Amino acid sequence: MIAAEGLTKRYGSVTAVDDLSFDVLPGRVTGFVGPNGAGKTTTLRMALGLDAPTAGRVTIDGRPYGAYRRPLFEVGALIDAQALHGGRSAAQHLLALAHSNGIPGRRVQQVLKRVGLGDVAGRRVGGFSLGMRQRLGIAAALLGDPPVLILDEPVNGLDPEGIVWIRTLLKSLATEGRTVFVSSHLMSEMAQTADHLVVIGRGRLLADSSVEAFVGRTSRNEVRVVTPQSTELAGLLTDHGVHVRAVDGERLVATGTDVSTVGRLAADHRIVLLELAAQSASLEEAFMELTRDSADHTADFGNMDGAA
Amino acid sequence: MTTTEHLQRMAAPTGAIMPGVLRAEWTKLTSLRSTRWLLLITVLLALVVSAVVTSVYASQYDQDFAARHTIDPAYWSLTGLIFAQLGVGVLGVLTMSGEYGTGLISTTFTAVPQRRTVLVAKAVVVSAVALVVGAVSSLGAFLLGQLVLSGKHIGAGIGDPGVLRAVTGGGLYLAVLAVLALSLGALVRHSAGAIATVLGLLYVLPAIGAILPPSWQDTAVPYFPGNAGLAILHAVPMVNAAAPWTGFAAFCAYAALAFTAALYVLPRRDALPK
Repeated sequence: MIAAEGLTKRYGSVTAVDDLSFDVLPGRVTGFVGPNGAGKTTTLRMALGLDAPTAGRVTIDGRPYGAYRRPLFEVGALIDAQALHGGRSAAQHLLALAHSNGIPGRRVQQVLKRVGLGDVAGRRVGGFSLGMRQRLGIAAALLGDPPVLILDEPVNGLDPEGIVWIRTLLKSLATEGRTVFVSSHLMSEMAQTADHLVVIGRGRLLADSSVEAFVGRTSRNEVRVVTPQSTELAGLLTDHGVHVRAVDGERLVATGTDVSTVGRLAADHRIVLLELAAQSASLEEAFMELTRDSADHTADFGNMDGAA
Repeated sequence: MTTTEHLQRMAAPTGAIMPGVLRAEWTKLTSLRSTRWLLLITVLLALVVSAVVTSVYASQYDQDFAARHTIDPAYWSLTGLIFAQLGVGVLGVLTMSGEYGTGLISTTFTAVPQRRTVLVAKAVVVSAVALVVGAVSSLGAFLLGQLVLSGKHIGAGIGDPGVLRAVTGGGLYLAVLAVLALSLGALVRHSAGAIATVLGLLYVLPAIGAILPPSWQDTAVPYFPGNAGLAILHAVPMVNAAAPWTGFAAFCAYAALAFTAALYVLPRRDALPK
């Protein structure tokens, strides 16, 4: 389990991560989602002991990362797939990592096979595509067969086949009982991969819930109606405590209700309906809605989450 | 809540982590082509410059030359190390700054959060390599130089006073230089900046020293890093130079200072500069 408590990181006057508290539980894939610059990478770097929090703390299975003496057996991490020395082969890169934690050298071939790089083990990584580098980074995370995985934007640069592959891999790792914490700025991607979501914007926690609950909570469940008696229906709905968002000629949009309620109400009052449709916001729309106020597009803050 | 109950897990080894970290750093250093190139350049510069310098001295040597110069054939043959140190200096810097440049340092510190252990392991590995390559360069340059000088019957033997110290000193100097350069790489964190700093210490500072007032020449200037370290290459005592072991000790002190500073800041800074 990963636990953040009041985690805060400030760079001068800029607050990249702001009093963030959440738990990431084992046995499921937890998506860590937020717009670029929301503070995802900074949070993950603090979890891995790379950057020091200004305040608060983050622990992995109860201990700060720095307390682990051979952490690759506890936590597998992918922080930046591009962070490789192009002159080394994939196998050499992994072998050095394996040695550093006393992991047997035979694991190198095993994990390279598992990520589909078995045939290019001896090739210099300088010639690897971003997709291959992502796979190599995941191989590195799997070296010590760790119960906790922390992956920063592992889907970036993967082709459709690679995206399906990693989705399946993450789910199977979670099914094995591991803690899987995956960041992404794409809510649609996480909708298909994650069971649970931790959503942040501007370094603040916006949501910590299951994917279904997140959609339910943030989306407006709307009913679109087309009727010649739109004014009459609007009044009727309002009388029944339903919020009518817009009336435009024959069209109206009611929120916080469902088609059966609206349909029955209209029939009871002999109102002619020409069209009646449920309209639920997609996950991406829910995400946009939630993070609209927190999305930050200024150049300097945008770097917070990027290559930095 | 913990996953350990139902997960089959690999058993982590127990005991000190240093042996594994040393193996990791050895693997990293030896798996790069740049390492082999820099070490080859080190050996070649030592040999080629030695051959050129001793050839020039051999061709100019006569009674007049002997009167005007300190006759130190061992040192003449080792002057190549003044250039060869460039290879080891760059290697030392890159061993650390290369990881900052690629971002690999994050992966390294994720695998080994004990950052000081990483720095010590890098220092052991790179200085051991520099010691071996330095010893080979030094002995090779000495033998080649004496071969050239033997034509004029002015060569030095390994048993002559101070000669063994000068020849072994070449290897020792490069081993300590590797630690100094590594430490500067860890402190500066940018390859170009750290290499410029090393060049400044080894070449620019002595050049500035040479034009300082005479009162400095026999007090401060001999203890500038490059000057102090290279004093050990002299078999015959020099004026305006530190005594060989004194100079070498001063050079070790510079390296120790830089290494200590790197050990101090490494765990205190974020892994990558913001």
